[in-house]
Parts: sequence; structure tokens; C-alpha cells
Amino acid sequence: MAIDTKPASELRRAGRPARPHNVARTLTPYLFLAAPLAFLIVFTYIPVVNMFGYSVTSWDGLSPSREFVGLDNYVEIATRPELFGVLKVSLYYIGASVVQIGLALYFATILSFNTRFRNLFKGVLFFPYLINGVAIGMIFLFFFQPGGTLDSAMSALGLGGATQQWLGDPSVVNWSLAGTSIWRYLGLNFVLFLGAIQSIPAHLYEAAEIDGASRWDQFRHIILPGIRPIVGLSFILAISGSLSVFEIPFIMTGGANDSETFVIQTVNMAFKYYKLGLASAMAVVLLLIILLVTWLQRRVAPDEKVDLS
Amino acid sequence: MHMKQRLIAVLAATSLVLTACGDDAGSGSDGKIAGDITVLTQRTDLVDTVLPEYKKKFEAKYPGTNVKFEAITDYEGEVRVRMNTKNYGDVLPIPNSVTADQLPSFFEPLGTVDELKDKYRFVRSEQTFGGKVYGLAITGNAQGYVFNKKVWTAAGITTPPTTPEEFLSALKAIKDKTGVVPLYTNYKDGWPLGQWEGVRGAVSGDPEAVTKLAKDDAPWSPGKEQYIIDSLLFDAVKGGYTEADPTTTNWEQSKGMLGTGKIATMVLGSWSVVQMQAAATSKDDIGYWPFPNQVNGKFHTVVGGDYKNGINVNSKNKATARAWVDWFADESNYAIDQGGVSVVTSAQLPASLADLQAAKTEFIEINPAPKGEEGLADKIGNTAEIALFDGKYRQRLVDAARGAKKETKEQIFADLNKKWADTRAKLK
Repeated sequence: MAIDTKPASELRRAGRPARPHNVARTLTPYLFLAAPLAFLIVFTYIPVVNMFGYSVTSWDGLSPSREFVGLDNYVEIATRPELFGVLKVSLYYIGASVVQIGLALYFATILSFNTRFRNLFKGVLFFPYLINGVAIGMIFLFFFQPGGTLDSAMSALGLGGATQQWLGDPSVVNWSLAGTSIWRYLGLNFVLFLGAIQSIPAHLYEAAEIDGASRWDQFRHIILPGIRPIVGLSFILAISGSLSVFEIPFIMTGGANDSETFVIQTVNMAFKYYKLGLASAMAVVLLLIILLVTWLQRRVAPDEKVDLS
Repeated sequence: MHMKQRLIAVLAATSLVLTACGDDAGSGSDGKIAGDITVLTQRTDLVDTVLPEYKKKFEAKYPGTNVKFEAITDYEGEVRVRMNTKNYGDVLPIPNSVTADQLPSFFEPLGTVDELKDKYRFVRSEQTFGGKVYGLAITGNAQGYVFNKKVWTAAGITTPPTTPEEFLSALKAIKDKTGVVPLYTNYKDGWPLGQWEGVRGAVSGDPEAVTKLAKDDAPWSPGKEQYIIDSLLFDAVKGGYTEADPTTTNWEQSKGMLGTGKIATMVLGSWSVVQMQAAATSKDDIGYWPFPNQVNGKFHTVVGGDYKNGINVNSKNKATARAWVDWFADESNYAIDQGGVSVVTSAQLPASLADLQAAKTEFIEINPAPKGEEGLADKIGNTAEIALFDGKYRQRLVDAARGAKKETKEQIFADLNKKWADTRAKLK
């Protein structure tokens, strides 16, 4: 934008607090907010409101008329317990996210000290998060194929006997997929933790070192308490993410072979069986479940202010 | 103040641009064949090769027209969502999920069945409603299975198996003698398993098969079509005649593997023949045989239309759109080039079906459903959450057959029958 050239009349009054300026100043933050808010409203809130609307109809996703059915869809969900059976698949991902947070904490702590090649390792750990989810699905599909990368690597290490159908065996498939999910999202947790750790004042470590604290002591008594809110937030994100896993299993198995998650089931309901009304109701139910779980988590582990100094 | 004014100016300019985008399709609305049309296509692979040639020929025949193509990868899914707006092209292949009773809301009728049935195939029962035709097929397919002749010959099989049992022993011979994967399910991609549903009608040789299916309370009972088709799949997997790990299959790869003799057989529509030939060492290696079941000593195959070109009911240039649909059916030669059955009744059957003809297969077309029951079988399938043409319920069969799920064939069939009967009762 061009630089504002003020008209002479305005320049003359420059000494006094000019009103037009104040208006512009009060408006500025709102104008900056307008764009993201518009996106948020158009792409999140309006669709959510629409979804509530669809969930009380028997719409098939195409028909010009939408028959109002009241709470029938919700009654159907409540009377079909098998729809919730798929939630047990989420347990694998919850387990995986605990491992993921543990690993992320470990790497973030190590790399916050003076480690050799620390910037390289930071990049290596964060990189998977930048890759497109579809590409990751493809890579790991080849990785898990019989005779694929994993099998060849294992035979090269003399573990050839332990290879199996990583995606074909229903008792293994969810571990494989959850492992892929760890690989993908570890970087995000890692960066969050690293940022939080770096905001801890350096003199605390110095003081601790003078007092003879080991690295493990420093981690337990300085780092962990210092980043508690971020760890708590990560757990909330991890659990709500585990309940609504979609991308990785959808691309890699399409939900076949007992790897179907609640969201895949919802998508199938909407776009395979054309029950958009029921699918919307399922989405609403999932939203409520996630809100409930998050509320419970906050009750169990309340947010505490951190005061390290 | 200045900032505000500038903002208003930007907004005004934007809205000008937007309105300008809105009404550029004005020409041709007066019934003359001229102006722009947009044609949607599912053939992302042809949009830069074959289709521009069609455009050239069409525009030469009708000067003053301009055809634009829009190729869509996930055609079914994307177009269905777009059809909630008015902007879904002028000519488009009618998505399969549009039910017969929804056709008039979205597509322009092309004429009555009586007017068109002598000139065109597939207009009697497909994409029709209330005696009116809403789409002309771009090509047509027969149903059966595509196979690698070299492999089958090496296993000592040179005539098409006539029963499911013979087919299974042929698969066994292929496995024992050649070590090639006898039958590939393409389980991971899902939709190739849905292709098995295409042979309904061909098993019994009955043009009323689909109407009967919609009236049956237990289609998965011994002797019935669904039972025969799905049992064959189940038994083939159980016998170990399919790929070792079905969950990591890959459609694009599988074409080359069949072409080069690493896979012996796939159950797919006859549209697959040309694609397999393209991936084969020699075109002659690819054969196409009818489903292994005979009625009165004869094989049957069902010929049906592929996607049908329809005209958007909101199109601003229906005259040109209509000209394109007619030209595509009559003059483009698309069906023959793609190895399919032409929609024009007088056209010859393509060379890709020579094996079917050599096996003295009878070609049948499914009869139209009685009034008010159009598309009923598939509606029951969707409402029952079986979705006959989607691969999902057959994935369950494959899982059970390979021992990944603890279910027997009988248990699955009983469950399917129950869902089917319950839904039929509900829809009445």
C-alpha cells in the first residue's frame, strides 16, 4: 500500500489528539482480525451449524428436499451399540499418543541442552509433520507391503523370521497404523515442548548445576514443572485426536480389516450409504464425546499457573 | 478514514469481479448451437490427449462453439457435492449415485424411451424415469473376467470353465503349475470388489434379475445369484488362490502384473480389457471370458451402459450441450476406441469381446424395473448399509475367508439376508 500523505488541514492540527486517527487506531486490530475471523466463520462455524441442521433430517446429500425427522437419527445411534464398537480402535491411538508424548519430551529435553548436530536433529524430527498426509499414507503402504521396506530391513538385520503381514493381520494392523501416526505427529509435540523448554530461564539450570543436580534432576524439578501446561494441552489434543483419527487409516486401509475408526464409519455412512442425516448426527455425537472427555481431563488435571522464579 | 475508503474501494472492486464472473455464459441461450459449454469428465487420463481432438472435430462441425473440459479425479464424490449448486457444467456423466426419481431435478430429458430405443442401446432401463431418457451412455460394457491367456494356457486351460467348481479347479491348476497368483481381488482399493456385483443377471441369464433381487427377502440363499457370486469369491480366497496380503494391493500396479503374467485373473467389466492390453507385453495375451455359470448349456453376459452423458438442467446453453451429447454418441467413436460396446444400436461389437463371442455367450440387457421401483435393489442395498456396488461388504467376506475374521460364510450370508429383509420391510 502507498504511504499515507496527509492533507494540509490535518497537518495543521497535528499537535492536538486528532479524532480520525483514533478511529483508525481502534479499527486497526479489528481489520486485522476480520480476515481470519471471516475464514473461521465461513469454514468452521457455518458448516457446524449446517451439520446440526442436517442431523435432524433424512437427507441423502443430493435430493432437493430435506425431510425433517426430528431426533430419529439420534435415537438410531443410541439404539445401535455396534456404531460405538469402532471406538475401541481409538484405544490403540491413545496408547500410541502416550508413547509419542514421552518420546517428544525425551528428544525435546536432550536437544534443549548442548547436543552435537542439535539443529540437524530438530529438523529430522520435525520434518515428517510437514509432509502431506496422503504422501505419508503412500510411503507407509510400501513400507508395510510383504517384501517391502520393513521386511527387507528386518531380514537384513537377521530378523527375517519375525516378519508378518503388517496390515493384513487384524491383530497387528492397528499397531502398524498407530506407529505411523506416532512417526507423523511426533514432530509437532516435539516442537511445542522444545519451545516451552526454551522459555525456562537459563539461570535456573546454572543454579541447579551449582547445587549438584544431575540432568535427570533438572528434568524432574525444573523442566517438567516448567512445561506442565503444554504437556497437559498435548494430552488433551492427543486424546481428542485419537478419538477422531481419520487420515492415516483411511488412506492406508480404507478402514478395512478391523481398522475402521469412528470418523471413517461416519464418512462411509454419508458417502457410501448416502445417509447424510445419520452421519451428521454421528458427527455431533463425536463432538459431544470429545467435549465430555476434555472436560473430564480438565477436572482430573486442572490447569495450574507455573511460577519458576 | 483513508484506510476505510480504500477498504470500500477494494470491496467494490472485488464484487465487480465476482459479478463479472457470474454472467459470462449468456451466448447460445436462444436455442442456437453456438457459444461456450463446459463438459465434465471422469477421464483424467484422456483430458489432454483424446478429448482435445474431439473438441476440434466438434467445433469444426459447429462453428462458433467452444468446448471446455473439466476432468475430476474423484468423480463420483466430488460431482455429487457440486450438484447441490447450479454450477456442475453443461454436459456431465450422470453420477451413479443419482437415483432415478432424482433425475428430473438435475438433468434435462433427452426424449422419451420410445423415441430413442431403436437408435440407442441402454436407454430402456438405465437413467430413465417416467418414460423419459436422461442420459446417453458414453460406452457400454459386458461382464465377466479378464485373464492372462499365456498363464491360463500354461496351466492347461484353454476353454472357459462352465461352473464355479471348474473355475476353482482352474485356479488351483494355475497355482500348482505356474506359481502365479491365480486371482487378484484388489481388496485395498475396494471398488474392484464392487465389480463382482456387475455379473448379476449374467449368472442366471435372466433379464429380470434385478427386479427379482428387489423382491427377494433372502438373496444370499443357495442357488441364488448373490449367493453364487459371493460364494465363488469366498471359496477362491479360502482355497488360497488369491494374493497373500490383500490389504496392500495396488490397482495401478495390478494392471501391469496381469499384463506381464504375474497375476492370472481379475473379475472386472470388459472396460478393463483395453487397459490390461496397454499394460501387457502383447495385446493377444489378454482374454475375456464369461462368468463360470451356464443356464441351459449357455454362458450369459450382461451388457450395460457405462457413464451416461446428461445435460445440466440449469445449463444456459442447452442447445449446444445437446449437440455435444448427440455428437459424442453418434460420431466421436469413443466407445469403439475404448474397446466398449457402442451406444448406437447399429454399431458392431468391439474386438475386445471376441472371446465372449467365441464362447457362444448370449448377450442380454437388464429389463426396466416396473414403474415406481426404479433403482429399488440398490436403494435397499444402501439403506441396509450393504452397498452392493461398493467393495466394503465383500472385504468382510475376504477377511472371513482368509481367517482374519472369525465368521463363517453361512454366518455372513445369514446376516446379509437379515439386513436385506429388514430393510425391504422398512422401505415398503
